[in-house]
Amino acid sequence: MRFLFLATLALAEMAFAQKPWTPPRTPAGQPDLQGIWNSASGTPVERPDELKGKEFFTPQEARDWEKKLDERNKTDNRRANAGVVGTYNDAFREMGSKPVKTLRTSMVIDPRDGKIPALTLEATAKRQRRLDKILHPDGPEDLALGDRCLMFSTGAPPMLPYNYNSNYQIVQTKDHVAIYVEMVHDTRIIPLDGRPHLPPSVRLWYGDSVGHWEGDTLVVDTTNFIDKSSFYFQVTNLAVTGPYTDENLHVVERFRRLDAETILYQFDVDDPTAYTRPWKGELTMSAAPGPVYEYACHEGNYGLPGVLSAERALEKAAAAQAGK
Amino acid sequence: MVALALCAVPAGAQSAKYKGPRTKDGRPDLSGIWQALNTANWDLQTHAAQAGHVVSRGAQNAEPGGMGVVEGGEIPYLPAALAQKKANYEKRFTDDPEIKCYMPGVPRATYLPFPFQILQSQKVIHISYEFAASARTIFMDKAPPAEIDYWMGQSVGHWEGDTLVVSVSNLLDQTWFDRAGDFHSDALHVVERYTPLSPDVLQYEATMEDPKVFSRPWKIGMPLYRHVEKNARLMEFRCAEFVEELLYGQYRRAK
Repeated sequence: MRFLFLATLALAEMAFAQKPWTPPRTPAGQPDLQGIWNSASGTPVERPDELKGKEFFTPQEARDWEKKLDERNKTDNRRANAGVVGTYNDAFREMGSKPVKTLRTSMVIDPRDGKIPALTLEATAKRQRRLDKILHPDGPEDLALGDRCLMFSTGAPPMLPYNYNSNYQIVQTKDHVAIYVEMVHDTRIIPLDGRPHLPPSVRLWYGDSVGHWEGDTLVVDTTNFIDKSSFYFQVTNLAVTGPYTDENLHVVERFRRLDAETILYQFDVDDPTAYTRPWKGELTMSAAPGPVYEYACHEGNYGLPGVLSAERALEKAAAAQAGK
Repeated sequence: MVALALCAVPAGAQSAKYKGPRTKDGRPDLSGIWQALNTANWDLQTHAAQAGHVVSRGAQNAEPGGMGVVEGGEIPYLPAALAQKKANYEKRFTDDPEIKCYMPGVPRATYLPFPFQILQSQKVIHISYEFAASARTIFMDKAPPAEIDYWMGQSVGHWEGDTLVVSVSNLLDQTWFDRAGDFHSDALHVVERYTPLSPDVLQYEATMEDPKVFSRPWKIGMPLYRHVEKNARLMEFRCAEFVEELLYGQYRRAK
């Protein structure tokens, strides 16, 4: 009897600790992921060396980390960054400082060191060639995908936060889930009707996504990526950040409500020609007030002609110098 | 069961005519992939076929003729605006914003020769257009403050019986209605009406009001057809890539 009592108590405590939460349902009876969500956080994609060996923050460490990032974001870098091309100040950025809800210290969770695995030799060389072109473009097709207004890290899977506007609006019908991505007004439309992937000859920037429900979790499988992608490239202060991928990328994503304000977003990345091993990540998205604004990137793309004409001007100056 | 199904429907909200799919709250379910089948994107008004201007593309490049979609036939331009429309027509092969892959605005997004997908939920209805990956949210519940202008405007919707009525404000002045140079100012206000005629046909109407350009409100109307094929889907048409040479080729490194 006493044993039973204790066992019951232990179970009750476990239940309390896990705060069981039943997600609301859509009229079609599916778990309701709808609303506006933001994925900016203080948890970096890869674990910084200062957090080596630590997979999770304690609640106190999370608060300290947030404070530290807030202070860093408040630092006036204008003098240090004067004249540096590609510098935005923090009035423009919206990086987030609060760690993810699961208190992870990195978005990469497998391998357990929190680092994206090494690229294959071939991918390393391809990435370097691509980078050289980004820094010294012959034409628009050489520039980073964000600069071309084709896509940002927030869009195609895995969906990783960008420097700003990491906003999503999720809309559900009985047979589709739509994820409207602010950067840049793209809608991932995920069919739930069990259709097969597109034929392998058809390649898309966002890949081809099909989804299904496993309990309260939306599982999305994406293949058929285009070989021009390398879409996570972003160049900030002449450094390149973000993972590299190619046309053999296969991503499995899982979306699940943790509570009224949080979606747990998990992703498995398998790209045998790009990486020496598969890897996994997760982050949490927080309910956001919105609205999701229309990010008319291409329509107002003054940056791209600016970058290219500057490159041509530099070449001209160098040629003139050489001719002297 | 029958009684329950009937109870879920707001009294007096339905027309007896429409027998198609409905949502749990009794509204016509407009979710799906739709497309106009007409030549309105070439010219809203009745027009004969004519040769294209890219010689090498021959018949493939010619403009098809078509019946107009403007109620009463004519767009009621103010005199100065009519002169502007004629000037636009002369420059239509260079100045139409469609050429640059700019978001098409409303109502043009509806009758571009591309499908679009309606995702109908309770608080919002999302429409994703294949052309230029443009999209809009129709707010059915609470709309955010309309503070700035957008390429696709701000859309606020409500139901009148079985008709979805959408008021579209905050439109930029940089979109055209068609390839014939029909245009508007930033004062444009559009009211759209989506009325299901059957499970696979919607009647679409849009009323345009823009006192800077038109002498009175005017209206277009056309059917929209559902893509009924089982494997129907929007494909990517990320045309920003396709216009890079046109827009930025002048900055390319000399060979």
